[in-house]
Amino acid sequence: MNALDVSDVSFAYGAREALRQVSFSLVPGRFAALLGPNGAGKSTLIALLTRLYDLQRGEIQVGGCSLRKTPRAALKQLGVVFQQSTLDLDLSVEQNLRYHAALHGLSRRQTGVRVEAELARQALTERRRERVRELNGGHRRRVEIARALLHQPRLLLLDEASVGLDPASRLALNQHIRSLCREHGISVLWTTHLLDEVQPSDDLLILHQGRLVASGQADALSLEHGGDLGSAFTRLTTSGAAR
Amino acid sequence: MNAYWQCFSGIVLREWLRFVLQRTRFLSALVRPLLWLLVFAAGFRAALGIAIIEPYDTYIPYEVYIIPGLACMILLFNGMQGSLSMVYDREMGSMRVLLTSPLPRTFLLCSKLLATSLISLLQVYAFLAIAWLYGVQPPAMGLLIALPALLLVALMLSALGLLLSNAIRQLENFAGVMNFVIFPLFFLSSALYPLWKMRESSEWLYWLCALNPFTHAVELVRFALYERFNPLALGVCMALTLIFALLAVLTFNPQHAALRKAT
Repeated sequence: MNALDVSDVSFAYGAREALRQVSFSLVPGRFAALLGPNGAGKSTLIALLTRLYDLQRGEIQVGGCSLRKTPRAALKQLGVVFQQSTLDLDLSVEQNLRYHAALHGLSRRQTGVRVEAELARQALTERRRERVRELNGGHRRRVEIARALLHQPRLLLLDEASVGLDPASRLALNQHIRSLCREHGISVLWTTHLLDEVQPSDDLLILHQGRLVASGQADALSLEHGGDLGSAFTRLTTSGAAR
Repeated sequence: MNAYWQCFSGIVLREWLRFVLQRTRFLSALVRPLLWLLVFAAGFRAALGIAIIEPYDTYIPYEVYIIPGLACMILLFNGMQGSLSMVYDREMGSMRVLLTSPLPRTFLLCSKLLATSLISLLQVYAFLAIAWLYGVQPPAMGLLIALPALLLVALMLSALGLLLSNAIRQLENFAGVMNFVIFPLFFLSSALYPLWKMRESSEWLYWLCALNPFTHAVELVRFALYERFNPLALGVCMALTLIFALLAVLTFNPQHAALRKAT
């Protein structure tokens, strides 16, 4: 069963079309990069995937559960790290995690166990009582990842999660997510507009002007459209390429 | 069922922690009603004589009259402010997190409204404690009876705030809410002056006040504080809370805010 199925999704802000007939699937345990210039429709797609916006047309299934018909089952399988930090800055790391566990209806016992496990996995155990405000950008992102994984989702969605981080933290975060994917079988959808965050073996989706202009393994797409990822991306995202 | 309880208590705990950690927000919410009590009411004391009216048994100074209205004013400001931030950007991040919960959106929104209402009550009782020290001392039992009345009013006003924020584009900032919602509700009510006084000045103003939900909120609290029951005010507040909450939940849609910005 696919981790995510997006079928024929279109979305418009009034007369302005933000997504047009977008369809793709993510297989379990893979790192998929969703690449697109600013304004390509990535944020709209994330808003639809996280049920912030209602689907206007098409269908989204998370782990085989329809977001429209069985939102509860679908959202249970989804962990999200939003582009802008959504942590409570004045609350401690642990308080932020416990709040999220409560939102997912986890019992006190389950919460205790999972908070411990995620803090350890993200190397945050020592910082559990620190206020989020006192953490640097990289550590805040780790708290958000720990939070997103707390309810053990099958699919982790990261919306431009590396924005605002210095190059070293950006790289560390990217590698960290890849190791989660490799070692724990979590499917990852990583949206970005930065080419250096994509590796040749990644599944790649390129969104441009609301349309999915290419999908496939990154190295194959590169070969097909210009030799290296940079030229392939430029070719596919010059406005004429949007079909 | 347990999942719902865990979720609700988590939402309340978060509001509580934010309340405890953001003391300046708490203090600034107290400054407003205290200014009205300590300055405005003191100045008006001589100008405005209050005859014996229900639920009071005797002549009362203006400070005593104004207390229920000021308690409701705290709930009005908090309710409007809280709901506005649920719809627009300030709390959008935390609302996004809230809405990724797999529990039904209606439940999440109602929990959030109830949680912020419960925290507002702490501010109201802090205000009533200061008023007590200042010399306005309703019966102790009245302070207890007023608790459910205040909670109902807090819920009604939060739900109204959410409904208005959903529906009216111009309420995007707090200045708009102040001018078009808070001030009219507050001044066209029995918070600052009894309605018979208003009737002496203008019949149609009197009717506007009498129809204003905030008047019923203030009267419900005023009667409860003095251990009296006001069935009309209770009925109106309960019915409006239900209607506002229902409409607010039905019309809540972050998509609308995004669509408004885009168009």
